[in-house]
Amino acid sequence: MSEYSEPTSQPGGAPPAPLWEVFVRARRGLAHTHVGSLHAADAELALHNARDLYTRRQEGVSIWVLPAAAITASSPDEKDAFFDPAADKVYRHPTFYEVPEGAAHL
Amino acid sequence: MYGNDFPADDTSSGLLGEVEAAETALREAAERGRHGAAGADPAAYFAEVIAADQKVEPRDWMPEAYRATLIRQIAQHAHSEIIGMQPEGNWITRAPSLKRKAILLAKVQDEAGHGLYLYAAAETLGVSRDELVDLLLAGRQKYSSIFNYPTLSWADMGTIGWLVDGAAIVNQVPLCRCSYGPYARAMIRICKEESFHQRQGYELLHTLAHGTPAQREMAQDSVNRWWYPSLAMFGPPDTDSTHSAQSMAWKIKRFSNDELRQRFVDMCVGQAEVLGLTLPDPALCWNDERGGYDFTQPDYAELMRVIKGAGPCNRQRMEHRRRAHREGAWVRAAAAAYAAKQASKKEQASKKEKVA
Amino acid sequence: MTAHVEQTGPEPVPTAPGTTSAVPGMTPAAPKPVTKRFEFVLGLADDALVAAQRLAEWCTRGPEMEEDIALANIALDQLGAARLLLTYAGELEGAGRDEDALAYRRDDREFRNCLLVELPNGDFAVTMAKLFFLAAYQVPLYTALAGCGDERLAAIGAKARKESAYHLEHASLWVRRLGDGTDESHRRMQAAVDEVWPYLHELLTPDPAAPVDPATLRADFDSVVSRVLSEATLTVPETSWTPAGGRNGLHTEHLSYLLAELQVLHRAHPGASW
Ligand SMILES: [Fe+2]
Ligand SMILES: [Fe+2]
Repeated sequence: MSEYSEPTSQPGGAPPAPLWEVFVRARRGLAHTHVGSLHAADAELALHNARDLYTRRQEGVSIWVLPAAAITASSPDEKDAFFDPAADKVYRHPTFYEVPEGAAHL
Repeated sequence: MYGNDFPADDTSSGLLGEVEAAETALREAAERGRHGAAGADPAAYFAEVIAADQKVEPRDWMPEAYRATLIRQIAQHAHSEIIGMQPEGNWITRAPSLKRKAILLAKVQDEAGHGLYLYAAAETLGVSRDELVDLLLAGRQKYSSIFNYPTLSWADMGTIGWLVDGAAIVNQVPLCRCSYGPYARAMIRICKEESFHQRQGYELLHTLAHGTPAQREMAQDSVNRWWYPSLAMFGPPDTDSTHSAQSMAWKIKRFSNDELRQRFVDMCVGQAEVLGLTLPDPALCWNDERGGYDFTQPDYAELMRVIKGAGPCNRQRMEHRRRAHREGAWVRAAAAAYAAKQASKKEQASKKEKVA
Repeated sequence: MTAHVEQTGPEPVPTAPGTTSAVPGMTPAAPKPVTKRFEFVLGLADDALVAAQRLAEWCTRGPEMEEDIALANIALDQLGAARLLLTYAGELEGAGRDEDALAYRRDDREFRNCLLVELPNGDFAVTMAKLFFLAAYQVPLYTALAGCGDERLAAIGAKARKESAYHLEHASLWVRRLGDGTDESHRRMQAAVDEVWPYLHELLTPDPAAPVDPATLRADFDSVVSRVLSEATLTVPETSWTPAGGRNGLHTEHLSYLLAELQVLHRAHPGASW
């Protein structure tokens, strides 16, 4: 990229955070579906990260994060604080914006 | 919809419609099932899957060059999303209304999300995100040259949404049909979100273009600065493009750089008219014969210089990223140490339980 | 939890100097009926706005890419609450000021936020300490508002309470990890708590006439704070220094710079819409 480059991995730095697979239940009545993965040091962090990464547009009512062996599920009673806040972010959806008359392909 | 990735021009469906069509095609391809199995000849099987417009999945056999091409492309794409947060991040704290501040913050946050979806897709190919980030920070993998240009005014927030996200969408919509499953799925998700980005930018610019004379001037100046760098986002002309042919055969890529660039120009002309802004190209003119606009090509020598590190902001962008990574090291170490402590506590507790 | 809940309507009381006529016998040209409730709502709004601005400064600078997203989410929540509260404050004032007029065209002396939120971000530990204490205050505050007699405030409280609960959870998560992580992170987290601690006094200063008296939030605040700090192996600092003044418009030197950045573009184009 640039003419100078430097080594960046710090010797003695933290081990890379483990990978977690993320499963989201989109609505009640549907099964959890795999949506992707992320990195986090532990399950609690993984859940927080999954909520922020994969449910910014109210895509889910429940999240599971799965490390190599164990499944951790977001508990149902935390649901409100966990998922409601995305409800008012209408500006995240393209239909929030008025497309001026005559403008195509947007 | 097969054999024609671009539906007939229909203003109501637009790019979002194409993303949805790609998603439908993906489901249909999955439902067609796959006859036979990757028995003795995995290479032939791979070729069959590609020919049938079906998806290659992480554990399938694939040619090493296919894997390497995908890793390079997906990583570069992921890096672009992450570095691409900076030019717009530059204006969040100065956004001129609270509504615009919220929109811009949400948009830049989305770009971080795109980066992470893409790193996740790359990781299914057997490379770790840490490795890829190290390659970026060491300057050994590239990101889109567009993000090496500075954001000098608020209008740039509109122009980036309209032109830069717009060009990205034109580039990326065909990738929703890419032969590699995790990449195609990530792209479908990303393109749906990109549509919000493009529209907010267009609306922002429209407001400026119809605002005070100073706002109007700000908008025009911004379009003047971003037009050619946006055209360069589609890469070198087909005659010089090194990776295209093989990528097309593997259905990683479905249209050439020049085809996509032409498509972008054709879309932008009408949109600029509605904005009441001028695209800075006196040679821009409809060509009836070709059924497209003639236009001035971007300066490809400049593109190569910027890619090689001599753009206005290359050093700044890289140093910013390196610094965030460096300054976060102690936080990541703390999280790892805490996790290790908790795990060993748990282990001891369960040992005790067993003894009892 | 219990909280004093004001049931009566807004009652005009002359406050801030300069808003009433100083010349006897002359009617003020444009009297601003500054109500107690307006000041209270403005305080909450400014807390949220300034907190959002500080959190947004982190964007592209987080210690992990995932954390960039988390901090932006929290900033968006605070900004959303600020907009609702500013809009309501503008209506209470009745002078035709909307959210942007209040956010962009007031000087630092007119801001009513607590000092805590305007303190610079510092390192990630300082930011988490600030967020943790702010959320520990906002959760019981918004919860009390959700049950108060003012319908608008109740609706805002009900919405913001859920968001703040998540902020508290997220900040606690990091306070525990940094406090009980490595030696370096422990040292930084303790230093952050020590730095921020004196500013908590202002948050809970009694104000019996307010729709929710901050003093009534102390029990909830103390129990969360002591639980999380002890889980994080952190000690509660001893200090008798209690800086305050934000609620009266007397701020630290930091706020004026923060506002300069927030307002620069808006003020450069008077009357423009965006
Ligand atoms: Fe993106
Ligand atoms: Fe985008």
